[in-house]
Amino acid sequence: MSASVELQDVCADFGSFRAVDNVSLSIEAGEFFSFLGPSGCGKTTILRMVSGFISPTAGTISIGGKDMRNQRPNQRPTALIFQNLALFPLMPIWENIAFGLEARGVDKKTRRKRAEELLALVDLPNAADKTVAQLSGGQKQRVAIARALAVEPSVMLLDEPLSALDLKLRQHMRAELRAIQKRTNVTFIYITHDQGEALAMSDRVAVMSHGKLQQVAPPREIYNQPATGFVAAFVGESNIFSGTLASRSGDRGEFQTESGVFKGRLGPDIGDGAKLYVRPEHVKLDAAAINGNTIPVEVTDIAFEGNFISIQTIDATGRTVVSETRNDGTASVPDRGTKLFASFDADKAFILADEAKNQPVAAA
Amino acid sequence: MNDLVHRYGTALTLLMCLAVAFWLVILVIVPNLYLFENSFRPYLPVQDMGGPKDVYTLKNYLTFFNSPIHITVFISTVLYSSIVTVICFVLAYPLAYYLSKKVSVKSLPAIFLLLTVPLWVSEIMRSFAWFIILSLRGPLNYLLINIEVIDKPIRWMTGFRSVIIGLVYTYVLFMLFPIYNAIQSLDTAQIEAADDLGAPWWRIHWRVILPHAKPGIASGSVMVFMLSAGSILVPTLLASTNSRWFTEIIQQWMFESLDWNTGAAYAFLLLILCTVFVTLVMRIFRVKLSDIAK
Ligand SMILES: Nc1ncnc2c1ncn2[C@@H]1O[C@H](COP(=O)(O)OP(=O)(O)OP(=O)(O)O)[C@@H](O)[C@H]1O
Ligand SMILES: [Mg+2]
Repeated sequence: MSASVELQDVCADFGSFRAVDNVSLSIEAGEFFSFLGPSGCGKTTILRMVSGFISPTAGTISIGGKDMRNQRPNQRPTALIFQNLALFPLMPIWENIAFGLEARGVDKKTRRKRAEELLALVDLPNAADKTVAQLSGGQKQRVAIARALAVEPSVMLLDEPLSALDLKLRQHMRAELRAIQKRTNVTFIYITHDQGEALAMSDRVAVMSHGKLQQVAPPREIYNQPATGFVAAFVGESNIFSGTLASRSGDRGEFQTESGVFKGRLGPDIGDGAKLYVRPEHVKLDAAAINGNTIPVEVTDIAFEGNFISIQTIDATGRTVVSETRNDGTASVPDRGTKLFASFDADKAFILADEAKNQPVAAA
Repeated sequence: MNDLVHRYGTALTLLMCLAVAFWLVILVIVPNLYLFENSFRPYLPVQDMGGPKDVYTLKNYLTFFNSPIHITVFISTVLYSSIVTVICFVLAYPLAYYLSKKVSVKSLPAIFLLLTVPLWVSEIMRSFAWFIILSLRGPLNYLLINIEVIDKPIRWMTGFRSVIIGLVYTYVLFMLFPIYNAIQSLDTAQIEAADDLGAPWWRIHWRVILPHAKPGIASGSVMVFMLSAGSILVPTLLASTNSRWFTEIIQQWMFESLDWNTGAAYAFLLLILCTVFVTLVMRIFRVKLSDIAK
């Protein structure tokens, strides 16, 4: 009961504005796949193309190996959960959930029974005869999921369904959604601009910027081996050094910056505008200099974040370098003004194409 | 109130309130009360007024119930006003849906202008225009014959046909705008959700759009029905000899028989019976008064 989804060279234009630019990827059947990107990067547009509300300007979309061109939304094996849920406020909850079955001509008794089963599945028993207005945000959320599941879609499309919920509920619903996906084994395509959500729930994540795919990979790879500067900066935090690539050998390179020459790993497709990215947790502060990738710095600020401690420093050129250490309860924290040496592993430093090189492009 | 005084000063606020009160009391309430009072008095020659015969009575109202012809006219007025209301709905609903969900926002002002331009012309002119269009040798028959839809001219102005056409034309916008407003306020995502869940277009209308538009449909229907039943110009101009409108009878009492008392009684009967009718219909369709006020 799940299907693969394939996008091939898909573009979407609104007038002269290209909202989705040449996106190609394939999502496996039963996968929990997320699109992650900032507001306005084209996530909803992709989802609306998959569900059939808009047609791609170019490229093809196929679901379960079948070309979806000329298939109306009501003919596709997809169910979309809208950004604002779009429940029917004038119907009781059970009719909301059974609406898809009603449209398929299922009789009332069966519909009611199925609605109650689905309500149990999403952990909302006894809500069948309530109205939409009587439910809380999280409960509405579940009704929307149940309504989409009722039509037994092969592909569920979810457009930031948790964005309206508070933090605690959001975390709870994350686990719930993941569990529902595993239970039903339906392909989930999930949209979010919340990286925590994408990383925690997904089998694979596609990071997008300005309508372009930046990287498609499992969450750990996205975080540990960002493919572009945009990914390194958008997912998690990074210290960013501008400069020029001085030399390269294999997948390693030497990067010339104002603060010195650093060794790092080379990302794919580096143009002229490469930068060096290092995550704060990979920056160590020591009293003595170590060979290679070391910058003398002075501590300027210390932020205690609970499970970790963030230490801000500046180097001789005035650049801020942030270092993070886990708070294991015993870690010693340097005082403000202490002079130390910041260093990082060449394995943990990435020389990547600059995000500024991925500016929006006008459609041809 | 304080807000008004603060914004416009005491003098201007007082003036505005007085103007509204004048309009309401002198121009609306007092004349109606006067008519209402008169409807319970017998129609008397001048010398008997204030005399022993000038007592309150239900005689004027009973005149109606004792006159089968007037009752028939009343019933056909209600019937044909209902038909007008239904036709207005059938015309206005698709247009309202189209305007609120399909037309691009940019072209809306132009369309609304086109729709309301006829309202700039007085009702009497528009009714006369229909009188000309619908006449036996008028442009409509000429057109229909020339495009070979019909081979003999149709006698439009017989029975209630022309009255219905005239009333629909005059009042259809009173149906359009409330429905337009209602559908406009429906989140388009709900329509898309229903579509996505596999519902065909007619079910989307039946289950999602129509229920949402119900208050608009109700207030549009009440307006069109009441305006039609109370209309005098259109029926006078477009009715034939065999189709009389209840308002014409009221007019007869007042201006031909000069019996304002019975005329007033008939006018209030029209108001009361139509209100009862509308209330009943609203019950059947489960519309509440508060829905309409929204
Ligand atoms: N109907 C439209 N007409 C014109 N431009 C549009 C239309 N729909 C979307 N856009 C533009 O396309 C871009 C992508 O929009 P989209 O809704 O896909 O963004 P998104 O990634 O879902 O953002 P968000 O996280 O805010 O929901 C935006 O810049 C938006 O302005
Ligand atoms: Mg969106």
